[in-house]
Amino acid sequence: MSQIKVNGKEQTIQELMTLSELLVINNVAEPSMVSIQVNGTFVVREDYDTTKLSENDEVDFLYFMGGGSKLY
Amino acid sequence: MDFTEDQIQRYSRHILLQDVGVEGQEKINNGKVLIVGAGGLGAPIALYLAAAGVGTIGIIDGDVVDLSNLQRQVIHFTPDVNKPKVISAKEKINLLNPDVNVITYQELLTAENALEIIKDYDFVVDGTDNFPVKFLINDACVIAKKPFTHGGILRFEGQTLTYVPGAACYRCLFHSPPPPNAVPTCSQAGVLGAIAGMLGTIQAAEVLKYLTGVGELLTNRLLTFNAKTMDFRTINTKPTHNCPVCSTHPTVTHLVDYEQAVCEIKRK
Ligand SMILES: [Zn+2]
Repeated sequence: MSQIKVNGKEQTIQELMTLSELLVINNVAEPSMVSIQVNGTFVVREDYDTTKLSENDEVDFLYFMGGGSKLY
Repeated sequence: MDFTEDQIQRYSRHILLQDVGVEGQEKINNGKVLIVGAGGLGAPIALYLAAAGVGTIGIIDGDVVDLSNLQRQVIHFTPDVNKPKVISAKEKINLLNPDVNVITYQELLTAENALEIIKDYDFVVDGTDNFPVKFLINDACVIAKKPFTHGGILRFEGQTLTYVPGAACYRCLFHSPPPPNAVPTCSQAGVLGAIAGMLGTIQAAEVLKYLTGVGELLTNRLLTFNAKTMDFRTINTKPTHNCPVCSTHPTVTHLVDYEQAVCEIKRK
C-alpha cells in the first residue's frame, strides 16, 4: 500500500496505482472535466493510464467550472 | 488628482487603510477595468469596483436580463427584466458612484473584437458563464499581455486564478475546453446564488489589489472552495512548459471562437 495526498487529504492506495485507477476509486464520473496535477506538474490526459503513483505523491484534481447557468 | 471633500469622505475607509491611503485611492480612481459578463460574477464585481471608485469600468454582455438571473445577479432588479444587462448595470453604477465612467458593449466578446476591446484596459475580469469565452479571454490576455482574473462557479463550488504576464495562465491548468459531450447533464447544473457573490467579491478584491499594488495576487495559485463544507484551498501551480498559449513555442497564436452549447431549463 502507498500513502498519498489527493486534494490535500491523505489517501491509502494500492502500490503503483495509475492515475486512471485513482480517478475511478475517487468516483470521478467524467474524467474529461478534470485536470490533474501530480507533485505540482500537470499530466496530459493521454498519460493517465501509464502514470503510476508512489508513496507521498501529491495529486490535485482541478475541476472545470463554468458559470452554473450554461453548462458549456 | 485632487480629491474633493465629497470624494475624501466617500473613499475615507480606503484612505484610512494604511496599505491604500490617498495614493492607493488615486490608483483606483485612475484604473480602467473591463468586466466580461454582467451576470452572476460580473454583478458583484461591478458593484464593488464602482463603490471603490474605479475610474473606468467597461462592461461587455450581449444578453438581456431574464427573470431567472435575479436569483444571483444582484446588479439587476425586477423592473430590469428584458432590459439589456449592460444598460441595467450602467444605471446602477451611475446611481452608486457618479465618479465612475461606464463604457458599455452590448455584444459578445469574440475572437474578432477581443483584442481591440481589451487594449484600452489595465485589467480584465472573466465574469462569464461558459468555457468558449473563458478560453478566449485567457488567450486574448496572454497575447495582449493583460492581467486578468478567472472565475468559475458550479453548484456549491467556486474557483479563481489571477493571471499576470509570466504567471500560469488558465490554459496552463486547463489545456483546452472540455468536449461538449463530456459536460454534465442539466440536472447536475445550477448554482447557489450566494456562491456568485462569494467568488465575485474575491475577484473584485484581486482587481483592487492589482490596481493598488497591495499584497500578493492569486497568481500561480488556484483558489477553490466548496460552500457545503466551507473548505477553502489554494492549489499551487506554475506555468506549464508546453502550454498551448503562454509557453515559448505556443500552438495558439491567434484567437478562436469555440462552439458553445447552452443548457436551458424547459418551461412547462
Ligand atoms: Zn499558459
